[in-house]
This record gives sequence, structure tokens and C-alpha cells, in this order.
Amino acid sequence: MTKDEIRAEVLDILADIAPDEDLSSLDDSKSFREQMELDSMDFLDIVMELRKRHRVQIPEDDYVNLASMDSTVEYLHPMMKDM
Amino acid sequence: MIRSDQDDRRIVITGIGLTAPNGDNLGDYRAALLAGRSGVDRYNIRYVGDTLAGQCRFDELRYQSRKDRRRGTRAGSIGIYCAQEAIADSGVDWPNTNPERVGVYIGVTEHGNVETENEINEIKAFDYDTKVWSHHHNPRTVANNPAGEITLNMGITGPHYTIGAACAAGNAGLIQGAQMLQLGECDFAIAGGVSESIHTFGIFAGFASQGALAAHDDPTRASRPFDKARNGIVVSEGGCLYALERYSDAALRGAKIYGELVGHAMTSDATDFVLPNPTQQARCMEMALRRAGLNAEDIAIVSTHATATPSGDIQECEAVRRVFGGSSRTKINNTKSFIGHAMGAAGSLELAGNLPAFHDGVVHATINVDDLDPECALDGLVINEPQEIGGVEYILNNSFGMLGINSAVIIRRV
Repeated sequence: MTKDEIRAEVLDILADIAPDEDLSSLDDSKSFREQMELDSMDFLDIVMELRKRHRVQIPEDDYVNLASMDSTVEYLHPMMKDM
Repeated sequence: MIRSDQDDRRIVITGIGLTAPNGDNLGDYRAALLAGRSGVDRYNIRYVGDTLAGQCRFDELRYQSRKDRRRGTRAGSIGIYCAQEAIADSGVDWPNTNPERVGVYIGVTEHGNVETENEINEIKAFDYDTKVWSHHHNPRTVANNPAGEITLNMGITGPHYTIGAACAAGNAGLIQGAQMLQLGECDFAIAGGVSESIHTFGIFAGFASQGALAAHDDPTRASRPFDKARNGIVVSEGGCLYALERYSDAALRGAKIYGELVGHAMTSDATDFVLPNPTQQARCMEMALRRAGLNAEDIAIVSTHATATPSGDIQECEAVRRVFGGSSRTKINNTKSFIGHAMGAAGSLELAGNLPAFHDGVVHATINVDDLDPECALDGLVINEPQEIGGVEYILNNSFGMLGINSAVIIRRV
């Protein structure tokens, strides 16, 4: 998957997790929490969805990489580029 | 206004919020009951396939965000809708009500089966790898979930819990709320019962295995207590929560009062996991009458629990006959014939359907009785058409459940 495809996938997951949010103006460089109401259970949802959809395993110590869209895509790309 | 200490012990209903398969508020629900309109429809659920159920159609997003609905449970959503509607109906100044003094007491038949079945179905696609088991499972399945979701939604910080009481739970929730008010544990109670049971295949499969699941070509004719051709239960979802207050508080704010809980009782059969025991059912009704200081003749309407199982209906009729057989003025009806068996919500929903009789003097009927079972031919049974009797002072509502749990409440017109 390309970085754009990974971004689109993460956006799709976010749309499921935060269905009341308008994601069209998401700033990829800013943290998700600054822009929408997300709590720890929501971040676990992102981890779970990536596990279910792509068998991507994210160790708990790496959850900090899911702070923003940019950091999430950068973190996921090495794991998902060959999918 | 003169207030007496006794007024602090009297518990009254000042608001009703409900969703039933044939109505999402008391007015529509009552109109459906008087018009003979069933809420039972065709239904399909995994593994069981085509069956029948009573399904509610209230707007989940009226009081919840899509995110909160996604995170919670159907029972929680039903509870939130009913609680919000009950509070609005009560006319209480909610923004200025102390949330620490509000208690939430919700009767449930069961809770957690729906989410557990969903998760098992989900991990099946992953060869039962529990690493994809949802982190939402525990908060969704803890037994207090429906009550807890109400407190989260409404910012209530008083006590909350559910009362597991099988199909007597609706009455049990109401009783619990009243008792907590009398004990001074809260100043305002949201109490009654909810059920999400139609979303678990297990309850359908279980009743089918027991030979107690209704089947009929016409869904609206499937729930038929007291009819010779009855063949079991129609499972339904629903909820009915009451705003409860001490009479003294309700009178002080000039609240509209639907009725006063003047008697209640709960008993156990101690005889069988499933089969009812008319002796203990009768004792339950007699206890409620005694506590209310009433005789059978004082009760204008007995709202029966009967679920349309062949033996259960006969057993309850035997119990009702023992208590009310000598009362020529007591009318008897059954609401499951319209809405099916709303499980944890049944007791509170069936009571709510009868409460407007205090003002319109009409007893809604038991529908779908084409051929009355002689063993269910109670004097005073109102069949197929509502009956105007006027002057309704007291209503007794029965609600019984598995493991031999019995409940009866008596409401007085205020």
C-alpha cells in the first residue's frame, strides 16, 4: 500500500470510530486529539481495526505513533507497504 | 399546603418514558392498545433464521450521538431514550435537579448475551483468535450497563444499578426505585425495565428447544394468551421507565401524577427452574393487597403476565382465580397479546399501558382470543374489544419469571 492508500484506510477507520466528526478538514500534522474527541478506547479501536483488516500488530509501546495522521502513516508504511 | 410525614413515604409516578413495538410514547402506545393494534412483525436473526419478534422503532439518535450509540448497547440506548422521555414528561426542572440525588434502577431479564454472541461471531472469522476480541466487550456486558449508560448520558451521579429479575424485572425495578426513595437513598428515581433480548439468537433458540416459541402465519396473531391455539412466546424488545418521587415533593412542585404505588410484593416459588407455581403467585398478589390494605374487590384491573405458553397461562389463571375469583367487579387483561413478551421491560410496559384507565375508564382487551381455553376462562377477562368500566381506582400488575420469581404491584389513582 502507498502512503496515500494507508491514509485513506486510516481515515475510513476514523469515520467508523468517530461518526459524528467532520474529517474533511483534518490537519494531518496535528494530533487527532486536538481536532476531535478521541479517548483511549478510541485509539484501541484504531489498533483493533488495523489488526482485523490487515493483521497488523501494534505493540502497546508503539501506540504513541498513532498521535496524528502523519505520524500514523509514517509508522504504518514499513509494515503495510507490501500489502 | 399541609405536608405530613406520611406524604414522604408515599411514592408516586410523575413521568413515563417508553418504547414498545407498537408505540414510542404513552399516547401512541395506549391508542394502539385500544385500537387492537399489534406490534409483532417478521424477524430474522442469525442461526435461528426467520421467526417473529416485537421490534421498537424509536429514534436512537434523539438523545445519543452516533459515537455513543456505537460504543454502547441496545439496552443502554433503550434505557437512555426511556429515561430522557420520562424526565421530560415529568416536567421536573432537570437542569436544576441535584444529579447526586437521582437514582437509576433498571430491571433486566438478562444482559450481556447480545454482545457476547456478537464477539464470538466476529472472532469466528479469525479462527477464534481472541486477539480480535473487542475491548468494548466488558463495559458493554457488565450487568449494570443499561443503568450506567443512562447516568453517563444524563450526568447523573447518584446510585445506579440493574435488577436482574428474569421477566419480573420491570416490576422489580419499579419496586426498587420506590424503596430507595423511602429509604432516603435518592430524591428522584428513574425506575422500570428494559430489554434488548431480540438481538440474542440464544433466547429464540432456547425457547424453541423448550417448545415455547410462538409461530403463526400472521405475525400480529402470534401472541395469543388464553387462546386454545396458543403455541408459545413472541420475544420482544422494549423499555419503560418511570420518574418516581415522594408524594410530598411531587405535590410541592405541582407535578402531574399518574398514580401512587400503594402495594407491592415479590415471592419465590422454590419449586422449578421454569414451571410456575400458582400457590406462590397467588401469595404474591395477596401480599400486595394486604400491604395496600385492600381487598380483591377494590382492584378494577388485573394486568396479567401470561405469555401464551400452554401451561403457564393456565397456572396464572389458577392463581388469579384463587385471589380474584370472588370479585365480580375486577376486570382482567393481557398486554403481551399486542406486544409479545418484552422480557425485562414487560412488567413496566404492561403496567404503563393500563395507567391511562384511571382517566378514560377503559380496560384494554386481550386480543387474539378466537377460541378461549376453558381453563383460562376467568370471570372478568376482557376479550378482543376494550371495555368501558369507568371509575378505575386501583390496578394490579403481575409479572413473573424463570427460577420462580413473582412480583405484583398495585397502583392507585391520585
